[in-house]
Amino acid sequence: MRNTGHELTFMGYRRANGEVGVRNLLGVFSLVTCANEAAVRIGSFVPGATVFTHQNGCGQTQADLEVVTRTLIHLGQNPNLGAVLLVSLGCEGLAPARIAEGIGRSGKPVEFVRIQQEGGYFGALSEAGLKAQKMAQAVTGWSREKIGVEELVLGLKCGASDPTSGLAANPALGKAVNRLIELGGTVIFGETTEVVGAEQILAQRAKNDDVARRLLALVDRLENRVRASGSDIRGGNPSAGNIAGGITTLEEKSIGSIVKSGSAPIQDVYEYGERRQGRGLFFVDSPGREPEILAGLVAAGAQIIAFATGLGAPQGFPFVPVIKICANYKTVQRLPDFIDLDVSRIISGGESLEEAGERIFQEILQVASGKWTKAETLGYSGSTNIYTTGPIV
Amino acid sequence: MVEPQHIGGGKKCIVLHPSDNTATALADLQKGETLCLDVGEESRSITLREPIPFAHKFAILAIPPGEAVRKYGQLIGEATQDIQAGDYVHIHNVVSKRTRGQGR
Repeated sequence: MRNTGHELTFMGYRRANGEVGVRNLLGVFSLVTCANEAAVRIGSFVPGATVFTHQNGCGQTQADLEVVTRTLIHLGQNPNLGAVLLVSLGCEGLAPARIAEGIGRSGKPVEFVRIQQEGGYFGALSEAGLKAQKMAQAVTGWSREKIGVEELVLGLKCGASDPTSGLAANPALGKAVNRLIELGGTVIFGETTEVVGAEQILAQRAKNDDVARRLLALVDRLENRVRASGSDIRGGNPSAGNIAGGITTLEEKSIGSIVKSGSAPIQDVYEYGERRQGRGLFFVDSPGREPEILAGLVAAGAQIIAFATGLGAPQGFPFVPVIKICANYKTVQRLPDFIDLDVSRIISGGESLEEAGERIFQEILQVASGKWTKAETLGYSGSTNIYTTGPIV
Repeated sequence: MVEPQHIGGGKKCIVLHPSDNTATALADLQKGETLCLDVGEESRSITLREPIPFAHKFAILAIPPGEAVRKYGQLIGEATQDIQAGDYVHIHNVVSKRTRGQGR
Protein backbone atom coordinates (compact mmCIF):
# COMPACT_ATOMS: atom_id res chain seq x y z
CA MET A 1 0.00 0.00 0.00
CA ARG A 2 1.27 3.41 -0.94
CA ASN A 3 -0.93 5.18 1.54
CA THR A 4 -3.34 4.49 4.33
CA GLY A 5 -7.01 5.22 3.85
CA HIS A 6 -6.84 7.95 6.47
CA GLU A 7 -4.62 10.14 4.33
CA LEU A 8 -6.89 9.88 1.31
CA THR A 9 -10.38 11.18 1.88
CA PHE A 10 -13.38 12.68 0.17
CA MET A 11 -16.39 14.62 1.42
CA GLY A 12 -19.50 12.44 1.48
CA TYR A 13 -22.84 12.00 3.22
CA ARG A 14 -22.84 9.50 6.09
CA ARG A 15 -26.36 8.00 6.11
CA ALA A 16 -28.39 6.71 9.06
CA ASN A 17 -27.39 3.10 8.29
CA GLY A 18 -23.67 3.99 8.14
CA GLU A 19 -23.41 3.88 4.35
CA VAL A 20 -21.90 6.79 2.44
CA GLY A 21 -23.38 8.79 -0.43
CA VAL A 22 -21.56 11.14 -2.80
CA ARG A 23 -24.79 12.93 -3.82
CA ASN A 24 -27.79 13.90 -1.71
CA LEU A 25 -30.97 13.75 -3.76
CA LEU A 26 -34.64 12.90 -3.59
CA GLY A 27 -35.27 9.97 -5.95
CA VAL A 28 -38.58 9.96 -7.81
CA PHE A 29 -39.00 6.41 -9.16
CA SER A 30 -41.55 5.31 -11.68
CA LEU A 31 -42.71 1.78 -10.79
CA VAL A 32 -44.07 0.94 -14.22
CA THR A 33 -43.63 2.24 -17.73
CA CYS A 34 -47.19 3.71 -17.67
CA ALA A 35 -46.23 5.97 -14.75
CA ASN A 36 -43.06 7.35 -16.38
CA GLU A 37 -44.61 10.56 -17.64
CA ALA A 38 -46.12 11.46 -14.28
CA ALA A 39 -42.80 10.69 -12.55
CA VAL A 40 -40.90 12.99 -14.91
CA ARG A 41 -43.37 15.80 -14.27
CA ILE A 42 -43.25 15.29 -10.50
CA GLY A 43 -39.45 15.37 -10.58
CA SER A 44 -39.57 18.80 -12.18
CA PHE A 45 -41.54 20.30 -9.27
CA VAL A 46 -38.74 20.61 -6.73
CA PRO A 47 -34.99 21.24 -6.94
CA GLY A 48 -32.89 18.36 -5.66
CA ALA A 49 -35.25 15.73 -7.09
CA THR A 50 -34.07 13.24 -9.69
CA VAL A 51 -36.17 10.84 -11.75
CA PHE A 52 -35.62 7.17 -12.58
CA THR A 53 -37.80 5.69 -15.34
CA HIS A 54 -37.72 2.30 -17.11
CA GLN A 55 -39.78 0.16 -19.49
CA ASN A 56 -40.83 -2.55 -17.03
CA GLY A 57 -43.15 -3.35 -14.14
CA CYS A 58 -46.10 -5.01 -15.87
CA GLY A 59 -46.90 -7.61 -18.53
CA GLN A 60 -43.82 -9.62 -17.69
CA THR A 61 -43.01 -13.07 -16.36
CA GLN A 62 -42.96 -13.53 -12.60
CA ALA A 63 -39.19 -14.10 -12.76
CA ASP A 64 -38.69 -10.76 -14.55
CA LEU A 65 -40.99 -8.94 -12.11
CA GLU A 66 -38.80 -10.27 -9.30
CA VAL A 67 -35.70 -8.87 -11.03
CA VAL A 68 -37.42 -5.50 -11.50
CA THR A 69 -38.56 -5.49 -7.86
CA ARG A 70 -35.12 -6.22 -6.40
CA THR A 71 -33.48 -3.75 -8.78
CA LEU A 72 -35.85 -0.94 -7.76
CA ILE A 73 -35.34 -1.77 -4.06
CA HIS A 74 -31.57 -1.71 -4.42
CA LEU A 75 -31.59 1.44 -6.56
CA GLY A 76 -33.68 3.08 -3.82
CA GLN A 77 -31.27 1.89 -1.14
CA ASN A 78 -28.35 3.55 -2.95
CA PRO A 79 -26.81 5.97 -0.43
CA ASN A 80 -26.74 8.83 -2.97
CA LEU A 81 -30.48 9.18 -2.30
CA GLY A 82 -31.66 10.79 0.93
CA ALA A 83 -35.32 9.90 0.33
CA VAL A 84 -37.43 8.16 -2.32
CA LEU A 85 -40.89 8.92 -3.73
CA LEU A 86 -42.43 6.02 -5.68
CA VAL A 87 -44.91 6.74 -8.48
CA SER A 88 -47.32 3.87 -9.11
CA LEU A 89 -50.13 3.59 -11.63
CA GLY A 90 -52.01 1.24 -9.30
CA CYS A 91 -52.68 -1.86 -11.41
CA GLU A 92 -49.08 -2.76 -12.32
CA GLY A 93 -47.68 -6.24 -11.75
CA LEU A 94 -45.24 -5.02 -9.13
CA ALA A 95 -46.15 -4.66 -5.46
CA PRO A 96 -45.47 -1.00 -4.51
CA ALA A 97 -45.71 -1.70 -0.77
CA ARG A 98 -43.01 -4.35 -1.01
CA ILE A 99 -40.70 -1.96 -2.85
CA ALA A 100 -41.36 0.83 -0.35
CA GLU A 101 -40.67 -1.56 2.52
CA GLY A 102 -37.44 -2.79 0.90
CA ILE A 103 -36.08 0.70 0.33
CA GLY A 104 -37.18 1.73 3.81
CA ARG A 105 -34.91 -0.92 5.33
CA SER A 106 -31.99 1.39 4.50
CA GLY A 107 -33.45 3.88 7.02
CA LYS A 108 -34.47 6.60 4.55
CA PRO A 109 -37.97 8.09 4.17
CA VAL A 110 -40.06 6.46 1.42
CA GLU A 111 -43.50 7.50 0.18
CA PHE A 112 -45.66 6.53 -2.75
CA VAL A 113 -48.50 7.93 -4.82
CA ARG A 114 -50.94 5.88 -6.91
CA ILE A 115 -52.22 7.66 -9.99
CA GLN A 116 -55.43 5.60 -10.22
CA GLN A 117 -56.29 6.30 -6.58
CA GLU A 118 -55.28 9.95 -6.37
CA GLY A 119 -57.81 11.07 -8.95
CA GLY A 120 -55.78 10.78 -12.13
CA TYR A 121 -52.93 12.83 -13.47
CA PHE A 122 -53.64 16.14 -11.77
CA GLY A 123 -54.70 14.49 -8.54
CA ALA A 124 -51.50 12.48 -8.44
CA LEU A 125 -49.35 15.48 -9.41
CA SER A 126 -50.88 17.53 -6.63
CA GLU A 127 -50.48 14.82 -3.99
CA ALA A 128 -46.96 13.92 -5.16
CA GLY A 129 -45.92 17.56 -5.39
CA LEU A 130 -46.74 18.17 -1.74
CA LYS A 131 -44.89 15.01 -0.71
CA ALA A 132 -41.89 15.83 -2.90
CA GLN A 133 -41.68 19.33 -1.46
CA LYS A 134 -41.59 18.01 2.10
CA MET A 135 -39.13 15.21 1.30
CA ALA A 136 -36.76 17.40 -0.73
CA GLN A 137 -36.61 19.87 2.11
CA ALA A 138 -35.84 17.10 4.61
CA VAL A 139 -33.07 15.76 2.37
CA THR A 140 -31.23 19.08 2.51
CA GLY A 141 -30.67 18.49 6.22
CA TRP A 142 -27.78 16.17 5.39
CA SER A 143 -24.29 17.64 5.04
CA ARG A 144 -20.94 16.36 3.80
CA GLU A 145 -18.23 15.09 6.10
CA LYS A 146 -14.74 13.67 5.66
CA ILE A 147 -14.81 10.00 4.58
CA GLY A 148 -11.93 7.58 4.01
CA VAL A 149 -11.37 6.49 0.42
CA GLU A 150 -11.91 2.85 1.46
CA GLU A 151 -15.64 3.65 1.57
CA LEU A 152 -15.79 4.54 -2.12
CA VAL A 153 -17.78 2.19 -4.35
CA LEU A 154 -16.88 2.72 -8.01
CA GLY A 155 -18.72 1.21 -10.99
CA LEU A 156 -16.99 0.65 -14.36
CA LYS A 157 -18.23 0.88 -17.92
CA CYS A 158 -16.78 1.33 -21.38
CA GLY A 159 -18.93 2.26 -24.34
CA ALA A 160 -18.91 3.95 -27.72
CA SER A 161 -15.46 2.37 -27.83
CA ASP A 162 -12.82 2.75 -30.51
CA PRO A 163 -9.20 1.55 -30.84
CA THR A 164 -8.04 4.11 -28.25
CA SER A 165 -10.29 2.48 -25.62
CA GLY A 166 -8.45 -0.83 -25.43
CA LEU A 167 -5.05 0.81 -25.91
CA ALA A 168 -5.18 3.64 -23.44
CA ALA A 169 -8.42 4.64 -21.68
CA ASN A 170 -9.27 1.15 -20.36
CA PRO A 171 -5.71 0.25 -19.27
CA ALA A 172 -5.35 3.65 -17.54
CA LEU A 173 -8.70 3.12 -15.79
CA GLY A 174 -7.37 -0.30 -14.71
CA LYS A 175 -4.49 1.50 -12.97
CA ALA A 176 -6.92 3.75 -11.07
CA VAL A 177 -8.96 0.66 -10.12
CA ASN A 178 -5.86 -1.11 -8.78
CA ARG A 179 -5.08 1.96 -6.69
CA LEU A 180 -8.58 2.14 -5.21
CA ILE A 181 -8.60 -1.59 -4.42
CA GLU A 182 -5.14 -1.34 -2.80
CA LEU A 183 -6.53 1.38 -0.55
CA GLY A 184 -9.37 -0.88 0.56
CA GLY A 185 -12.09 0.52 -1.72
CA THR A 186 -14.71 -1.28 -3.79
CA VAL A 187 -15.11 -1.61 -7.55
CA ILE A 188 -17.97 -3.22 -9.48
CA PHE A 189 -17.87 -4.16 -13.15
CA GLY A 190 -20.13 -6.16 -15.46
CA GLU A 191 -20.78 -6.36 -19.22
CA THR A 192 -21.01 -10.15 -19.42
CA THR A 193 -21.14 -9.80 -23.22
CA GLU A 194 -17.67 -8.24 -23.20
CA VAL A 195 -16.24 -11.16 -21.24
CA VAL A 196 -17.01 -13.74 -23.94
CA GLY A 197 -13.64 -14.86 -25.29
CA ALA A 198 -11.74 -13.77 -22.18
CA GLU A 199 -13.85 -15.68 -19.64
CA GLN A 200 -11.08 -18.17 -18.80
CA ILE A 201 -8.64 -15.30 -18.19
CA LEU A 202 -11.13 -13.53 -15.94
CA ALA A 203 -12.02 -16.76 -14.13
CA GLN A 204 -8.36 -17.15 -13.16
CA ARG A 205 -8.75 -13.96 -11.14
CA ALA A 206 -11.69 -15.34 -9.14
CA LYS A 207 -11.06 -15.57 -5.40
CA ASN A 208 -11.91 -19.28 -5.40
CA ASP A 209 -13.26 -22.09 -7.57
CA ASP A 210 -16.85 -21.37 -6.65
CA VAL A 211 -16.63 -17.74 -7.84
CA ALA A 212 -14.84 -18.90 -11.01
CA ARG A 213 -17.52 -21.50 -11.72
CA ARG A 214 -20.34 -18.98 -11.27
CA LEU A 215 -18.60 -16.43 -13.50
CA LEU A 216 -18.22 -18.99 -16.28
CA ALA A 217 -21.86 -20.04 -15.80
CA LEU A 218 -23.02 -16.42 -16.38
CA VAL A 219 -21.09 -16.31 -19.66
CA ASP A 220 -22.51 -19.67 -20.78
CA ARG A 221 -26.03 -18.58 -19.93
CA LEU A 222 -25.69 -15.39 -21.96
CA GLU A 223 -24.28 -17.27 -24.94
CA ASN A 224 -27.13 -19.76 -24.76
CA ARG A 225 -29.71 -16.96 -24.69
CA VAL A 226 -28.15 -15.28 -27.69
CA ARG A 227 -27.94 -18.61 -29.52
CA ALA A 228 -31.60 -19.36 -28.74
CA SER A 229 -32.49 -16.16 -30.59
CA GLY A 230 -30.56 -17.33 -33.64
CA SER A 231 -27.37 -15.30 -33.20
CA ASP A 232 -23.88 -16.19 -32.09
CA ILE A 233 -21.59 -13.82 -30.17
CA ARG A 234 -18.47 -15.76 -31.12
CA GLY A 235 -19.53 -15.96 -34.77
CA GLY A 236 -20.09 -12.20 -35.12
CA ASN A 237 -16.97 -11.02 -33.32
CA PRO A 238 -14.71 -9.25 -33.83
CA SER A 239 -16.88 -7.24 -36.24
CA ALA A 240 -15.64 -5.92 -39.57
CA GLY A 241 -15.29 -2.51 -37.89
CA ASN A 242 -13.24 -4.02 -35.07
CA ILE A 243 -10.94 -5.74 -37.56
CA ALA A 244 -10.47 -2.51 -39.53
CA GLY A 245 -9.58 -0.88 -36.20
CA GLY A 246 -6.81 -3.39 -35.52
CA ILE A 247 -8.61 -6.01 -33.39
CA THR A 248 -7.58 -9.46 -34.64
CA THR A 249 -9.48 -11.90 -32.41
CA LEU A 250 -12.43 -12.03 -30.03
CA GLU A 251 -10.11 -12.63 -27.08
CA GLU A 252 -8.12 -9.49 -27.94
CA LYS A 253 -11.32 -7.45 -28.07
CA SER A 254 -12.57 -8.86 -24.75
CA ILE A 255 -9.26 -8.41 -22.94
CA GLY A 256 -9.16 -4.81 -24.18
CA SER A 257 -12.44 -4.26 -22.35
CA ILE A 258 -11.83 -6.17 -19.11
CA VAL A 259 -8.40 -4.55 -18.69
CA LYS A 260 -10.31 -1.63 -17.13
CA SER A 261 -10.96 -3.85 -14.09
CA GLY A 262 -7.24 -3.88 -13.27
CA SER A 263 -5.67 -7.00 -11.83
CA ALA A 264 -7.20 -7.55 -8.38
CA PRO A 265 -8.91 -10.83 -7.48
CA ILE A 266 -12.68 -11.01 -8.04
CA GLN A 267 -14.31 -11.44 -4.64
CA ASP A 268 -17.77 -12.44 -5.79
CA VAL A 269 -20.19 -12.56 -8.68
CA TYR A 270 -23.79 -11.29 -8.55
CA GLU A 271 -26.98 -11.54 -10.55
CA TYR A 272 -28.37 -8.35 -12.11
CA GLY A 273 -30.19 -6.19 -9.56
CA GLU A 274 -28.50 -7.79 -6.55
CA ARG A 275 -26.58 -5.65 -4.09
CA ARG A 276 -22.97 -6.58 -3.48
CA GLN A 277 -21.74 -7.18 0.08
CA GLY A 278 -18.23 -6.41 1.28
CA ARG A 279 -15.23 -4.63 -0.21
CA GLY A 280 -12.89 -5.33 -3.09
CA LEU A 281 -13.58 -6.12 -6.76
CA PHE A 282 -16.95 -7.59 -7.81
CA PHE A 283 -18.62 -8.69 -11.04
CA VAL A 284 -22.34 -8.22 -11.71
CA ASP A 285 -24.13 -9.96 -14.58
CA SER A 286 -25.33 -7.35 -17.08
CA PRO A 287 -25.54 -6.58 -20.76
CA GLY A 288 -23.16 -4.04 -22.28
CA ARG A 289 -25.94 -1.59 -23.22
CA GLU A 290 -25.79 1.61 -21.18
CA PRO A 291 -29.35 2.07 -19.83
CA GLU A 292 -29.34 -1.40 -18.26
CA ILE A 293 -25.75 -1.78 -17.09
CA LEU A 294 -25.60 1.64 -15.45
CA ALA A 295 -28.73 0.78 -13.43
CA GLY A 296 -27.21 -2.63 -12.57
CA LEU A 297 -24.00 -1.04 -11.26
CA VAL A 298 -25.99 1.46 -9.19
CA ALA A 299 -28.30 -1.25 -7.79
CA ALA A 300 -25.17 -3.19 -6.81
CA GLY A 301 -24.16 -0.14 -4.76
CA ALA A 302 -21.95 2.05 -6.99
CA GLN A 303 -21.84 5.66 -5.73
CA ILE A 304 -19.91 6.85 -8.75
CA ILE A 305 -19.14 5.43 -12.22
CA ALA A 306 -16.02 5.71 -14.38
CA PHE A 307 -16.92 5.37 -18.06
CA ALA A 308 -14.18 4.97 -20.68
CA THR A 309 -15.21 6.00 -24.18
CA GLY A 310 -13.55 6.43 -27.56
CA LEU A 311 -16.23 8.00 -29.76
CA GLY A 312 -18.02 9.80 -26.92
CA ALA A 313 -21.06 8.52 -25.03
CA PRO A 314 -23.39 11.19 -23.66
CA GLN A 315 -25.32 9.66 -20.78
CA GLY A 316 -25.02 9.98 -17.05
CA PHE A 317 -27.34 8.51 -14.44
CA PRO A 318 -30.10 10.24 -12.44
CA PHE A 319 -28.37 10.05 -9.07
CA VAL A 320 -24.88 8.76 -9.70
CA PRO A 321 -22.13 10.86 -11.29
CA VAL A 322 -20.67 9.24 -14.43
CA ILE A 323 -17.12 10.35 -15.32
CA LYS A 324 -16.29 10.12 -19.03
CA ILE A 325 -12.67 9.26 -19.77
CA CYS A 326 -11.40 9.47 -23.34
CA ALA A 327 -8.05 8.80 -25.04
CA ASN A 328 -9.14 9.86 -28.52
CA TYR A 329 -7.85 13.39 -29.06
CA LYS A 330 -10.36 14.11 -31.85
CA THR A 331 -13.29 13.10 -29.65
CA VAL A 332 -12.01 15.22 -26.78
CA GLN A 333 -11.84 18.23 -29.13
CA ARG A 334 -15.16 17.53 -30.84
CA LEU A 335 -17.23 16.67 -27.74
CA PRO A 336 -15.93 18.84 -24.90
CA ASP A 337 -19.40 18.86 -23.31
CA PHE A 338 -19.40 15.05 -22.92
CA ILE A 339 -15.81 14.25 -21.92
CA ASP A 340 -14.67 14.83 -18.34
CA LEU A 341 -11.11 13.60 -18.52
CA ASP A 342 -8.72 13.75 -21.48
CA VAL A 343 -6.14 10.95 -21.39
CA SER A 344 -5.20 11.27 -25.08
CA ARG A 345 -1.60 12.13 -24.24
CA ILE A 346 -1.05 8.44 -23.51
CA ILE A 347 -1.20 8.07 -27.29
CA SER A 348 0.13 11.40 -28.54
CA GLY A 349 3.00 11.28 -26.06
CA GLY A 350 4.05 12.49 -22.68
CA GLU A 351 1.82 10.65 -20.26
CA SER A 352 2.32 7.12 -18.95
CA LEU A 353 -0.55 4.80 -18.10
CA GLU A 354 0.38 5.17 -14.44
CA GLU A 355 0.20 8.98 -14.60
CA ALA A 356 -3.13 8.91 -16.41
CA GLY A 357 -4.43 6.38 -13.89
CA GLU A 358 -3.48 8.69 -11.04
CA ARG A 359 -5.33 11.61 -12.69
CA ILE A 360 -8.41 9.40 -13.07
CA PHE A 361 -8.15 8.45 -9.40
CA GLN A 362 -7.90 12.09 -8.33
CA GLU A 363 -10.86 13.05 -10.54
CA ILE A 364 -12.93 10.29 -8.91
CA LEU A 365 -12.15 11.76 -5.47
CA GLN A 366 -13.09 15.28 -6.60
CA VAL A 367 -16.36 14.15 -8.16
CA ALA A 368 -17.11 12.08 -5.05
CA SER A 369 -16.69 15.27 -3.02
CA GLY A 370 -19.26 17.13 -5.10
CA LYS A 371 -17.67 18.34 -8.35
CA TRP A 372 -20.23 17.95 -11.14
CA THR A 373 -19.54 15.74 -14.12
CA LYS A 374 -20.32 16.95 -17.64
CA ALA A 375 -23.39 14.69 -17.76
CA GLU A 376 -24.64 16.25 -14.51
CA THR A 377 -24.21 19.78 -15.84
CA LEU A 378 -26.17 18.76 -18.95
CA GLY A 379 -28.84 16.92 -16.97
CA TYR A 380 -28.38 14.11 -19.51
CA SER A 381 -29.54 11.30 -17.25
CA GLY A 382 -32.83 9.92 -18.51
CA SER A 383 -31.49 7.05 -20.66
CA THR A 384 -32.23 4.38 -18.07
CA ASN A 385 -33.77 0.94 -17.96
CA ILE A 386 -33.78 -2.34 -16.04
CA TYR A 387 -32.43 -5.54 -17.64
CA THR A 388 -34.96 -8.31 -18.06
CA THR A 389 -34.68 -11.37 -20.28
CA GLY A 390 -38.18 -12.84 -20.60
CA PRO A 391 -40.97 -12.01 -23.04
CA ILE A 392 -43.30 -9.03 -22.70
CA VAL A 393 -46.73 -10.60 -22.37
CA MET B 1 -2.62 -11.08 -15.06
CA VAL B 2 -4.12 -8.40 -17.25
CA GLU B 3 -2.01 -5.45 -16.28
CA PRO B 4 -0.23 -3.36 -18.86
CA GLN B 5 3.00 -2.12 -17.33
CA HIS B 6 4.83 -0.32 -20.06
CA ILE B 7 3.54 2.15 -22.49
CA GLY B 8 5.49 4.57 -24.60
CA GLY B 9 5.35 8.26 -23.72
CA GLY B 10 6.01 10.11 -26.96
CA LYS B 11 6.75 6.84 -28.74
CA LYS B 12 5.34 5.45 -31.91
CA CYS B 13 4.13 2.19 -30.45
CA ILE B 14 3.41 0.47 -27.18
CA VAL B 15 4.16 -2.92 -25.72
CA LEU B 16 1.35 -3.40 -23.20
CA HIS B 17 3.07 -6.10 -21.13
CA PRO B 18 6.67 -7.36 -20.79
CA SER B 19 5.65 -10.89 -21.82
CA ASP B 20 4.07 -9.71 -25.10
CA ASN B 21 5.45 -10.67 -28.49
CA THR B 22 3.49 -7.91 -30.25
CA ALA B 23 3.54 -4.12 -30.12
CA THR B 24 0.70 -1.80 -31.13
CA ALA B 25 1.20 1.25 -33.37
CA LEU B 26 0.30 4.65 -31.87
CA ALA B 27 0.40 6.27 -35.30
CA ASP B 28 0.44 5.09 -38.92
CA LEU B 29 3.92 3.57 -39.33
CA GLN B 30 5.88 3.10 -42.55
CA LYS B 31 7.62 0.01 -43.92
CA GLY B 32 11.35 0.22 -43.18
CA GLU B 33 10.93 2.40 -40.06
CA THR B 34 13.18 1.38 -37.21
CA LEU B 35 11.63 1.62 -33.75
CA CYS B 36 13.20 1.44 -30.33
CA LEU B 37 11.01 -0.41 -27.87
CA ASP B 38 11.11 -0.75 -24.14
CA VAL B 39 9.99 -4.22 -23.16
CA GLY B 40 10.21 -4.45 -19.41
CA GLU B 41 13.79 -3.49 -18.56
CA GLU B 42 15.03 -4.37 -22.02
CA SER B 43 15.39 -2.14 -25.07
CA ARG B 44 14.89 -3.62 -28.51
CA SER B 45 15.24 -2.26 -32.00
CA ILE B 46 12.73 -3.46 -34.62
CA THR B 47 12.62 -2.59 -38.32
CA LEU B 48 9.14 -2.79 -39.79
CA ARG B 49 8.84 -5.17 -42.73
CA GLU B 50 5.38 -3.82 -43.64
CA PRO B 51 3.37 -0.61 -43.05
CA ILE B 52 1.39 -0.76 -39.78
CA PRO B 53 -1.80 1.34 -39.44
CA PHE B 54 -2.65 3.11 -36.18
CA ALA B 55 -3.81 0.70 -33.44
CA HIS B 56 -2.72 -2.35 -35.46
CA LYS B 57 -0.02 -4.78 -34.30
CA PHE B 58 3.39 -5.97 -35.37
CA ALA B 59 5.60 -8.74 -34.05
CA ILE B 60 8.54 -7.83 -31.84
CA LEU B 61 9.81 -11.43 -31.72
CA ALA B 62 9.70 -14.31 -34.18
CA ILE B 63 6.47 -16.29 -33.74
CA PRO B 64 6.52 -19.78 -35.34
CA PRO B 65 3.26 -21.31 -36.62
CA GLY B 66 1.12 -22.70 -33.78
CA GLU B 67 2.74 -20.43 -31.18
CA ALA B 68 0.85 -18.05 -28.91
CA VAL B 69 0.40 -14.44 -29.99
CA ARG B 70 0.49 -12.26 -26.87
CA LYS B 71 -0.82 -8.77 -26.02
CA TYR B 72 -1.80 -7.37 -22.56
CA GLY B 73 0.30 -10.25 -21.21
CA GLN B 74 -2.40 -12.62 -22.49
CA LEU B 75 -2.86 -15.08 -25.31
CA ILE B 76 -4.93 -13.36 -27.99
CA GLY B 77 -4.59 -16.08 -30.63
CA GLU B 78 -2.21 -18.45 -32.40
CA ALA B 79 0.13 -17.86 -35.36
CA THR B 80 -1.00 -19.67 -38.52
CA GLN B 81 2.27 -19.08 -40.36
CA ASP B 82 5.83 -18.06 -39.68
CA ILE B 83 5.84 -14.50 -38.32
CA GLN B 84 9.08 -12.54 -38.06
CA ALA B 85 9.91 -9.54 -35.91
CA GLY B 86 8.65 -6.45 -37.75
CA ASP B 87 5.84 -8.31 -39.55
CA TYR B 88 2.27 -7.06 -39.54
CA VAL B 89 0.19 -9.26 -37.19
CA HIS B 90 -3.51 -9.50 -37.99
CA ILE B 91 -6.22 -11.85 -39.24
CA HIS B 92 -4.05 -13.06 -42.17
CA ASN B 93 -1.56 -14.76 -39.83
CA VAL B 94 -3.38 -15.20 -36.50
CA VAL B 95 -6.36 -17.34 -35.55
CA SER B 96 -8.57 -17.11 -32.45
CA LYS B 97 -8.32 -19.94 -29.94
CA ARG B 98 -11.69 -19.12 -28.46
CA THR B 99 -14.10 -19.16 -31.36
CA ARG B 100 -16.49 -22.05 -31.05
CA GLY B 101 -15.13 -25.53 -31.43
CA GLN B 102 -11.53 -24.43 -31.22
CA GLY B 103 -10.81 -23.28 -27.74
CA ARG B 104 -13.54 -24.49 -25.46
